[in-house]
Amino acid sequence: MFKKLMALLLVVFLGAPVVAEPLRLTITDGVIEPLPYAIPTFQAEIAGSEDMAANITRVIAEDLSGTGLFRQIPSSAFISQHIFDTTPAYPDWRAINTQALITGAVAVQGGQVVVKFRLYDVFTGAEMGDGQQLVAGVDGWRRLAHKVADQVYSRITGESGYFDSRVIYVAESGPKDNRRKVISIMDYDGQNAQSLTQGNSLVLAPRFSPTGDRVLYTSYESGSPRIYMLNVSSAVAQPITTAPGNMAFSPRFSRDGQRVIYSLETGGNTDIWMTDIATGQHSRLTNAPSIETGPSLSPDGSQIVFESDRSGTQQLYIMPVTGGEPRRISFGEGRYGTPVWSPRGDLVAFTKQNAGRFHIGVMRTDGSEERLLSSASGGFLDEGPTWAPNGRVIMFFREALGAGGGPSLYSVDISGRNLRQVPSNGFASDPSWGPLLR
Amino acid sequence: MQTLTKAALIVLALSTAACTRPDRFGAGNSVDLNAAGGAGGIGMSGLGDVNDPTSPAYFQQNVGDRVLFAVDQSTLSAEGRAVLDGQAQWLMTNNDYLAVIEGHADEQGTREYNLALGARRANAVYEYLISKGISASRIRTISYGKERPLATCASESCYSQNRRAVTVISIGQLG
Repeated sequence: MFKKLMALLLVVFLGAPVVAEPLRLTITDGVIEPLPYAIPTFQAEIAGSEDMAANITRVIAEDLSGTGLFRQIPSSAFISQHIFDTTPAYPDWRAINTQALITGAVAVQGGQVVVKFRLYDVFTGAEMGDGQQLVAGVDGWRRLAHKVADQVYSRITGESGYFDSRVIYVAESGPKDNRRKVISIMDYDGQNAQSLTQGNSLVLAPRFSPTGDRVLYTSYESGSPRIYMLNVSSAVAQPITTAPGNMAFSPRFSRDGQRVIYSLETGGNTDIWMTDIATGQHSRLTNAPSIETGPSLSPDGSQIVFESDRSGTQQLYIMPVTGGEPRRISFGEGRYGTPVWSPRGDLVAFTKQNAGRFHIGVMRTDGSEERLLSSASGGFLDEGPTWAPNGRVIMFFREALGAGGGPSLYSVDISGRNLRQVPSNGFASDPSWGPLLR
Repeated sequence: MQTLTKAALIVLALSTAACTRPDRFGAGNSVDLNAAGGAGGIGMSGLGDVNDPTSPAYFQQNVGDRVLFAVDQSTLSAEGRAVLDGQAQWLMTNNDYLAVIEGHADEQGTREYNLALGARRANAVYEYLISKGISASRIRTISYGKERPLATCASESCYSQNRRAVTVISIGQLG
């Protein structure tokens, strides 16, 4: 059912490296002025490649401008034409305040797309990094554009990109009291959405494996909530045999992808357990009469942040991955849930409920420097943050309450800037952002 | 507990009156009508006459099939316990019926926490019925968290109806 995206991307270096004073955009939490860039429509190297060249150029610009860190200079302002692989007329680009110039060429031949690009630092008048050539099947043309945009982002900011990545989520349809839910996958920008389950069972909260090849989720297929593992390329799902209990849910992969950390409910009480997928060996990580759920591992795999209402309300705690005494990290007003450890390890994202409002926020792992990134009120509910692979952006869902309402996906910078709705065909919830593709 | 569902010969369409959702168990656990002896044996007729004290319709409307909870709570109220006393009495009299207790939450909470909260509520009812002498082999619990609201408006008038535990009865084979 799910057709695996063309994965083969060939990268070839063009020409010799050029040493230059690097153009650098440092991403900070303060207000920044977006960096102006020009991207002349990539040249069609052979006849018939014009539409593809235009589409690839457009997606690169959408990726870059979509971050809020870059601003595209309209082609109507251009003074000179650029011929690919020639030295840019720097004064002409400087005159319209271009800081970064992205040039490229596209050829479609034999079912394949070849993209070449070069990036120039206009003010120092030098190329940034090497020119590159990327090749993919025609179906993978968007990935080519994302790869180019990731390169540009990375060379200018010094940080890894996140455009060539995918998001697993729940596509929702039907009335609010009888929702049909389907595990689905899409590109980070909402494109190429595909269903991975059939929709005849209630499914919840999918989570990618660290390498993006598998997905864990909760399904009512057997009659009770149970954990399933789905192979992304084959769309085949199989149940995970958890420790015995009434209800198993809230599954996440360990960092090595070999174990499942999840919640198990027995006799009305919910605790966190871990099961080794291959050996079927179970270990209990919490043992308390309160609700323990929503586990998320630190990037080094040594610790787990989770939520518990042992204090009387939902709060965040950190414990060793082997279990043991947890330490509370959330001390602000209200309730905290759905903690997710950032890929950089320094922050925990969460859902906060306070005074009737739902927020997405981040705090340091010691609970300090809490910062709210979104605020939902007046008939909306924000929930379920997930991190971009570079730890700079968070995606979550915002649910419009009431009979006709439903959830949509949003993304926001960890600075709180650039809140944007992610396009989807219908209602979408519970996003889990996968790794950067290779 | 799993086998209880599979053993059920008839799942009565109790939900029709209680709720507009046709399948309370989730589509993946819907009973195969053919396996249960054909569609003719299933349907509203199974509810029985509301005036017949042994009928599921009577249980639902006169005994009361649900108890409600305060925000983020799973403690039974005095009113809730009175309803459950009636349920226990009815189940003692009509001992060919099985019960699935569904725990639910309102949407003012995060998804996975609400699943656990719904389980707590269902378990509170389960424990109460057991304490009144109902055999554990006749009851099981399931939580739907905030996935299956009964009322869909965005105000307390709806939320209070959604914070519930519903006892859904069906005729089964008792082992």
